[in-house]
Amino acid sequence: MTAVPASSDHHHGIAPHQCGRCCTHIDNISVTLDRHPVIEDVSLHLHCGELTTVVGPNGAGKSTLLRALLGEVPHTGCIHFHPVFGPEREDSPAIGYVPQSLDFDRFSPFSVCDLFAASISRFPVPLGCRGGVRNTALAALENVEAGELLDRRLGKLSGGELQRVLLALSLTPLPNLLLLDEPVSGIDLSGRELFYRTVSELRRRFDLSILMVSHDLAGIAAVSDRIVFLDRRVICSGPPGEVLANLEFRHAFGFDLEEQK
Amino acid sequence: MSHLTDFLSCLPFEWARYEFMRNALLAVILVSPLFALMGTLVVNNRMAFFSDAIGHASLTGLGLGVLLGLADPLLALIGFALLLGIGILALQRTTRASMDTIISLSMSFSIALGVVLLSRGGNFNRYSHYLIGDLLSITPREIAWLFLTVLIVGGGLLFFYNRILLIGINESLARSRGLNAWWTQVLFVSSIVMVVTMNLNWVGILIINSLLILPAAAARNIAGNTRQYVVYAVAISLASGVCGLMISYYADTASGATIVLVAMGFYFLTLAVKALRRQ
Repeated sequence: MTAVPASSDHHHGIAPHQCGRCCTHIDNISVTLDRHPVIEDVSLHLHCGELTTVVGPNGAGKSTLLRALLGEVPHTGCIHFHPVFGPEREDSPAIGYVPQSLDFDRFSPFSVCDLFAASISRFPVPLGCRGGVRNTALAALENVEAGELLDRRLGKLSGGELQRVLLALSLTPLPNLLLLDEPVSGIDLSGRELFYRTVSELRRRFDLSILMVSHDLAGIAAVSDRIVFLDRRVICSGPPGEVLANLEFRHAFGFDLEEQK
Repeated sequence: MSHLTDFLSCLPFEWARYEFMRNALLAVILVSPLFALMGTLVVNNRMAFFSDAIGHASLTGLGLGVLLGLADPLLALIGFALLLGIGILALQRTTRASMDTIISLSMSFSIALGVVLLSRGGNFNRYSHYLIGDLLSITPREIAWLFLTVLIVGGGLLFFYNRILLIGINESLARSRGLNAWWTQVLFVSSIVMVVTMNLNWVGILIINSLLILPAAAARNIAGNTRQYVVYAVAISLASGVCGLMISYYADTASGATIVLVAMGFYFLTLAVKALRRQ
């Protein structure tokens, strides 16, 4: 099965919670690295208030897709944002991004507030985390139940705390499209549940379209509105039940083997 | 310009009677905060080895300057260091080769080429002060230049501090927020080149990187956020600069190296503070 044609895919989304109309259109994205195709002809429509999860085996090009959307790797194809109000925009949407696991020096002395200040303010961080920035950061952290982390050192946070801080940061200012790259890898089970619950809530509250890459098959079925099975190209996409029942999907993840036992 | 430091001569110390000491003190007080501020970013962005390579590249720049018969080799120095710095940066982006090997190779290359160029005709000794520096030889004219460098580079660093910090934390994150990582890094490398080359004459290639790295490394041990980090680094840099200069006067030792030893002392002190806090 190849990629579902864009026209029939439109509004195929299962839960157009609020507006349902506005989408981010990802059209025919292909990436070639060292003359090898990494992803081919990927088209997706992301609706507001919907969480789309991309799954696939290792090396399927999941992270590459996100990096292409971020403009970090050269690609063909395009991404459009269609807002509810106002004319259709040809430019790409404002993107919020939560990286896979933040690779940083854990002994570096910056606080959560410093991270916010460096990201959202021009006022030099060495001169202090000023009132306005502090309030913005605190409000953003409270959205993800992490207000108490404001003055903690970034390097001393647990995996789950760090992901919530990064989530709060990616929502400041509020983006049109939120990209989550394996946000729960390296987080314990209770941390995962909290993270999914938070993301679910945010999706409805801010009417966000979210594109998440994940390996956590057990967790995503309950939280996703749609699952896209990617293996260099879109093998199948649809509501979680449909994709999980798909034979190729089951084969790729070894479900059919389990049943034979 | 000589009256610049005259007010210091009324201090009741023996060293205050000498103009070279007063000039040296002023120079130390001027550049220590800049070294500390830049050091915090160099250490955060894991570029300590990189800035060392830039210092070493200056020797080749000097050699090229002499070879070309320039009256003041400073331009050749800046040019070559800039070329090497941006070259390594570009290599870092395009290859997955191990960076410490590439930087180490570049250091060997620049030192060897520099020594070969400067030792032609057998009078390398004329340039040996570039290796260990001579703080006491600094002239009021040079201090004026330093002041200008501190204003421009220091102001620029503060203005770009947030962006450089964010790129150091995580480049993908920085880019997703619309930062141009390449140009910010080029700007940062250029400012490192400016500071290293402008101070080479009186600090010396062998120890200039220590002055950049040590205060920041010491401050990291005890700081809990970026403001504390920078404030502690500046304080440690100033204290070791002034103390080191005074000790070198009374002990009759090379001032640059003495300053480094005092800074090293501060490093161990903060390490002890950190260990005590853990208990």
